[in-house]
Amino acid sequence: MIELRGVRKRFGEQIVLDGVDFVVREGETMALLGPSGTGKSVLLKHINGLIRPDRGQVIVDDLNVHTLKRNELAELRTRIGYVFQNGALFDSMDVFENVRLGLSDEAKYKDKDYAQARVAECLKLVNLAPETSTKFPAQLSGGMRKRVGIARAIAGAPKYLLYDEPTSGLDPVNANVIDDLVRRLDKELGVTSVMVTHDVRGAFNVADKIALLSDGKIVLQGLPEEFRESTDPKVKAFLERDFEPDTPFAA
Amino acid sequence: MALPLRLPRFLGRLLLGFLAHFGRMSLMMAELVRGLAEVKIWLPRTISEAATVGTGSLPIVIVISAFAGGVTALQAGYQWQTSLPVYVLGTLITNTIVLELGPVLISLVLAGRIGARYAAELGTMRVTEQIDALESLGRSPASHLIIPRVLAATVMLPVLVVIADIIGVGAGWYGVKQVLPVTDEDFAFGARYYWRPFDAYYSVIKAAAFGLAIGVVSCYMGFNTQQGAEGVGKATTAAIVTSSVVILLLNLLLARILLT
Repeated sequence: MIELRGVRKRFGEQIVLDGVDFVVREGETMALLGPSGTGKSVLLKHINGLIRPDRGQVIVDDLNVHTLKRNELAELRTRIGYVFQNGALFDSMDVFENVRLGLSDEAKYKDKDYAQARVAECLKLVNLAPETSTKFPAQLSGGMRKRVGIARAIAGAPKYLLYDEPTSGLDPVNANVIDDLVRRLDKELGVTSVMVTHDVRGAFNVADKIALLSDGKIVLQGLPEEFRESTDPKVKAFLERDFEPDTPFAA
Repeated sequence: MALPLRLPRFLGRLLLGFLAHFGRMSLMMAELVRGLAEVKIWLPRTISEAATVGTGSLPIVIVISAFAGGVTALQAGYQWQTSLPVYVLGTLITNTIVLELGPVLISLVLAGRIGARYAAELGTMRVTEQIDALESLGRSPASHLIIPRVLAATVMLPVLVVIADIIGVGAGWYGVKQVLPVTDEDFAFGARYYWRPFDAYYSVIKAAAFGLAIGVVSCYMGFNTQQGAEGVGKATTAAIVTSSVVILLLNLLLARILLT
């Protein structure tokens, strides 16, 4: 289970998270919605300890992430796959080496036969041809880079998957392909997922539950039906896609 | 704001900025020390990085040291007093190149070449989240990225400086023969007469210290890059300028410590 309790984070004068409470139960796929620049990615990076909260607690698998020792945090991170917004693939490595780096078990990483089989398996899971493994990130399209990023995140068979805007910057067809892929992986691998997005349609397609982050707080967290039926002006405004962060919300 | 308040505010910001850099640098050094335990990760990457630094820097090192030796010879010829024995030219050129020009000039140039590359590479990795990706995979950026670069610079600078010393002295030897009536025997006698093995050690110690400074400063600047492409540009410039200033300060400090 992933749980954030009263998490506060500020950068300089700007308060990004202002007492966020957030729970994702085992096996759930949670979509975290919110307009651009509201701190969704910052929240996601708190979960695997890339960012430390100023106040509050982040609990993953009953462990308080930010009180863990260095080696304990590294061990926890091997259970959390992270899919970065633009893939964050290592430029100097080909696709094979990028995905292989996701093998968190050092013995498996060094076992070339295992690594080759596992990388091929992961590329197949994300619908990429085996010959992609010899290409470098610069030779891939945006959609392919995102899929390689997903392949790297699942290579170590993590228990949790965190997706940071997996469909941003993609055309609708490729966005649907990624949404289908996320849904399929969550079912096939049985992982617990958090997907940060501002794509409302994608969130409703993929997620078991949805949360809306606005003004540093979780406005609503619940089932997709609860969202549709919500009378909260921020939720309604966001679902109607007329959200303007600097102006009063539409009633 | 009233003028009397501006100065304390400016000094306060300066102090906070310095303390922030000091804190971040201390954290990075602590990570470096911890990362040294992961020998199997950093050793192969260090060898590969050292090979890249060495082979990539060799042409510029050869060109600079040859010109430095040649110019030293020409200036010696220009200022030469006939009352001095000609073998002194061997001493003058050898000591100038080995004690000062070789290590300092080569290190300043390589602060630009290697330092800029390190800062730009790590800065780009930072702003494209590649460093975050490495951490999120449970891997240490220190052992994967920083230690190999710092060690490669620390090990390869002395090697390149020894090559520069040899080429610089050779070029000076050839050059001085073109402008003054000095024989090979005179030059070799002068070079040997005042030569102390410590001079070579001093040159190598300085080069290693300068290499360490270039590696640490450039990696620090790159690793702490912020704000996209502009941030990478700033980090790269800061890496070159700071490395160069640190090299000059270390040069003074090492001369004070080792030559007195």
